[in-house]
Amino acid sequence: MIDIGLGHYLTLGAVIFSIGIIGIFLNRKNIIVILMSIELILLAVNINLVSFSIYLGDLSGQVFTLFILTVAAAEAAIGLAIIVVYFRNSGTIRVEEIDKLKG
Amino acid sequence: MLAHAIFFYVFSVIAVVSAIMVTVSKNTVHSVFFLILDFISISCLFIMIGAEFLGMIMLIVYVGAVAVLFLFVVMMLNVAQQKNQWFVSKNSSRHIPIGLLISVIIFFELIIVIGGWKYKPDLFNSAKSSLENGVSNTHSLGQVLYTDYIHVFQISGMILLIAMIGAIVLTFRQREGVKKQSYLKQISRERTEGVEVLEVASNKGVKIDD
Repeated sequence: MIDIGLGHYLTLGAVIFSIGIIGIFLNRKNIIVILMSIELILLAVNINLVSFSIYLGDLSGQVFTLFILTVAAAEAAIGLAIIVVYFRNSGTIRVEEIDKLKG
Repeated sequence: MLAHAIFFYVFSVIAVVSAIMVTVSKNTVHSVFFLILDFISISCLFIMIGAEFLGMIMLIVYVGAVAVLFLFVVMMLNVAQQKNQWFVSKNSSRHIPIGLLISVIIFFELIIVIGGWKYKPDLFNSAKSSLENGVSNTHSLGQVLYTDYIHVFQISGMILLIAMIGAIVLTFRQREGVKKQSYLKQISRERTEGVEVLEVASNKGVKIDD
């Protein structure tokens, strides 16, 4: 318990990843919370990469975390832009009411 | 070691609780605030574990940019006032048990994978150490980032540029009936189309229609 190792960090990453997936399924509110859940999932991946990088003594994990950070920022920007356009066109971003594709 | 354990448990409990609150919270604005708290505690963990540069970058990028972007959109769209209904329709509550089931399965799969790592300690020592002692994390990251990963670095810059252009193109709209100054029209005006010299007969004047 006292000796914090790689397993603790990986467990934390697994917990946050699962919470993100629960958030995607559970959420009936609006799409913005789904985007936030995706950010949580990417955060869990970052935790895994960084802890592996530190405990294995290899720097590449941190470099790839940096790139994941970049892509996550780009994804958030594009996703929010799409949400803004959708809200402007249809007046709602509730998950249930977005069924134009009849999927 | 004890301090490491205490800080790890404190920050990870804060992170997990705020992650739960992101998904559970009724108000979207509160969700964004909990997301910020989550990022802050995770970046504290990163700094504690020895990845200072990434921790600071996470603070700047997520708390400074992404979370503010989320807040901006949430407040602009005014979704906080939409009364959210949980489990309100039969249609939506149908997805929830299977979603929970899938999430729990994924969680236990990840735990099994982590357990597999714990029982293979020889893998930890097999990798060559590229983390030098005496060099700061930022320094060593910079040495790798601008040499070995330079192409990936530039591609990530291109991704950011494309994301910026895409966001602008998506949200740009042309408004009707707005009078704007057109520099091109102003500069490209010539004397022949602006000025006309007329012969004016005396005592009659000249009639200008337009």
